[in-house]
Amino acid sequence: MIVEIGHFALALALGVAVIQTVVPLWGVARQDPVLASVGPAAAIACFLLVALAFGSLMFSYVASDFSVENVASNSHSAQPLIFKLTSVWGNHEGSMLLWVLILVLFGALVALSRRSLPARLRAGALAAQGSITVAFLAFTLLTSNPFRRLVPAPAEGQDLNPLLQDLGLAIHPPLLYVGYVGFSISYAFAVAALIDGRIDAVWARAVRPWTLLAWTFLTLGISMGSYWAYYELGWGGWWFWDPVENASLMPWIAGTALIHSTVVMEKRDALKVWTILLAILTFSLSLLGAFIVRSGVLTSVHSFATDPQRGLFILAILVFFVGGSLALFAWRAPLLRQGGLFAPISRESALVVNNLFLATACATVFVGTLYPLVLEMLTGDKISVGPPFFNATFVPVIVPLLLLLPIGQSLAWKRGDLLGAAQRAQFAFGFAVLVTIALLALTRGGPVLAPLGVGLGVFLVVSAFWDLGERVVARASGAAAIWSRARGLPRSIWGTAFAHAGVGVTVIGIAATAWSTEGIGFLKPGQSLTSGRYTFTLESLAPRSGPNFTEEVARFKIRSGEREMKPVESMKRMYTARAMPTTEAGIRSDGFSQAYVSLGEREADGSIAVRAYDKPLVLLIWIGSLIMAFGGALSLTDRRFRVAAPRRAASAATMPQPAE
Amino acid sequence: MTAQTGFPRSPVRKGMTRKQRRMVLIASAGAVLAISAGLVAYALRDSIVFFYGPTEVVEKGLMPGTRLRLGGLVGEGSVVRTPGQKVSFTVTDAKTTITVNYTGLLPDLFREGQGVVTEGVLEAPGRFRADSVLAKHDENYMPREVADALKKQGHWQPGDAKAGADAATTPAPAK
Repeated sequence: MIVEIGHFALALALGVAVIQTVVPLWGVARQDPVLASVGPAAAIACFLLVALAFGSLMFSYVASDFSVENVASNSHSAQPLIFKLTSVWGNHEGSMLLWVLILVLFGALVALSRRSLPARLRAGALAAQGSITVAFLAFTLLTSNPFRRLVPAPAEGQDLNPLLQDLGLAIHPPLLYVGYVGFSISYAFAVAALIDGRIDAVWARAVRPWTLLAWTFLTLGISMGSYWAYYELGWGGWWFWDPVENASLMPWIAGTALIHSTVVMEKRDALKVWTILLAILTFSLSLLGAFIVRSGVLTSVHSFATDPQRGLFILAILVFFVGGSLALFAWRAPLLRQGGLFAPISRESALVVNNLFLATACATVFVGTLYPLVLEMLTGDKISVGPPFFNATFVPVIVPLLLLLPIGQSLAWKRGDLLGAAQRAQFAFGFAVLVTIALLALTRGGPVLAPLGVGLGVFLVVSAFWDLGERVVARASGAAAIWSRARGLPRSIWGTAFAHAGVGVTVIGIAATAWSTEGIGFLKPGQSLTSGRYTFTLESLAPRSGPNFTEEVARFKIRSGEREMKPVESMKRMYTARAMPTTEAGIRSDGFSQAYVSLGEREADGSIAVRAYDKPLVLLIWIGSLIMAFGGALSLTDRRFRVAAPRRAASAATMPQPAE
Repeated sequence: MTAQTGFPRSPVRKGMTRKQRRMVLIASAGAVLAISAGLVAYALRDSIVFFYGPTEVVEKGLMPGTRLRLGGLVGEGSVVRTPGQKVSFTVTDAKTTITVNYTGLLPDLFREGQGVVTEGVLEAPGRFRADSVLAKHDENYMPREVADALKKQGHWQPGDAKAGADAATTPAPAK
């Protein structure tokens, strides 16, 4: 019964979404304020209905109702409760429902936000958001219905893919989807502005918090996914340039560019047409991601079921929303009033350079991801484009951008002083050069790129706070005065500093991977294997059983030089329902470094294959992204996003302080 | 920065018209795009790897030393392990069989009779040295390239190896 209620609620939501799409636009066209204001109510109703559907699916999982096909093929009564809950989105149908839930959640948030928006803009944005909801609800209901019954109902479920029975599944997809789907709001606002034919700083200020929110969550989602792959797949890789990873990276890069270009629009009323295009492209890349993941056109470690019908449906959605919005753009963009001139050396020019490099970087990832598909269609040849391609194309575009970042961020709006900016960056640069030289001397004979990369990261971190430090410390004396000055600076300035420093920290972590070492050996209890700074001694090897698996547990003592570290356990599991083995790595953090050990096959002589890694500073990769996300969150709490009355564009343009 | 900001500030700059500034912007954007397009074209020539099934390797007469991805089924009873983490097995599409040598640990889901993708270098006709054996993430999942290669040799029944239509009921997002 509850399942049928869920199914019905989902179908009803589709009807409401149609109303949300059509009626407000009609109201605007007919100048009927009552019709035009239907949007918010419809958006909220839509959210409640989809939440009801989602709740009922979750209920069937908790109750292990195997008469529901989706539950039967992805759950098992012996699974712990947390995995029963997360199994809901550990499959195509359920994750589609989560996708739609987040989509309508954003619609409801826009409807509820108390920020005063021009009525036409709000109506248009909600209508655009509604049309996306219609498409994805129809897709879910017609091709991927999670509520389908199974007759007769099996007595036991087939269990969730063991790799997904992990806390990572509880964290990674929801964060990622909030990010992915959040960009739909920027898209909806862009479409609304195009329909309206008007765009100004008010638009930018309305869109920016949504973009920032989506970006912050996408940052967290990608980084948690990367950490999950790192510890779950058992061989210590954290980024594989896999098509599906690229599918999440592309909207992230475009979204990063969008955050920066909306600042220019907000402060200087410029870059309007480009910003609109970027908002459209960012969400289009999210849609492309959905297509890549769910159509099976590209071979990836993330393989959702491949079903040609689904692939075609999503392709149709993709073509409609990308093609439709670009056509609208081509038709209406010339009507938008051009922004002001800007001086070549200024904050806004620096942000243009930022956008240029980010767009180019995004394009290289795009080519690398889709080239195999195009080539196969044209010639039938199958190829794989792997890390060497991206190292040769993406890295050379990103590194100059990172080198220029410290200078760009300290230029003033309107007319900057290049010499002054370079002077402000020189301390950080000098410090980074010293660090690089010291590291080169210390690790002579080692990889040269690692010290250079660490130097770049240090440059970014120090320069991110150098300006702020000058502003806070140099002009105040005494701890209390410094504190009050620091608090007095706009939050978005701090947000920028943290986000940029986070990039630096991640760069350091990535550069340090060049120093990581791998050791492989066959150990019997009592024997040791050394990798880098760590020596792993196999203490014991014993069987153990879990709720829905049996495992062999290897206990390792770890020594770093003379220092004894806490022991770790690494497991080889066999999940009984699917008869599928997994490897659970044993990881011990040591400062920002990690000792990592995972098991291979059991040999005939009783020894077990062991892979051991020394991963120096590896945690910085994810800590850096957490700092970036913290920066994003800090910017979100900035005063100017909370002030209800939008300030006039003119006064924003003449604000003396660079606030981003 | 690019040409756009590379000029010293001088009175002449202030006199630049809107059109000139736009030209500078377009020129610098064009330069960055051209450089990266060059990088992409270069990388696409040098750092991509072709995928072949065993029969294609023979039919195309690939030269030893060619780097490629080889995919097919692991031959039944062909896996031989020797000390020093060395392992050899055959990859077959029922028509042609190629022997693969690999040093290292095999992924969890490597099994005889199942689909596999390996990347490495062709040492001699019929002999392949793999430097990676790609992990799969679901026991039922058949890499699409392998499925296609098997289909080409007529060694394919949907449902025969568990893939294709069957895979539709066993979705497996991984990672």
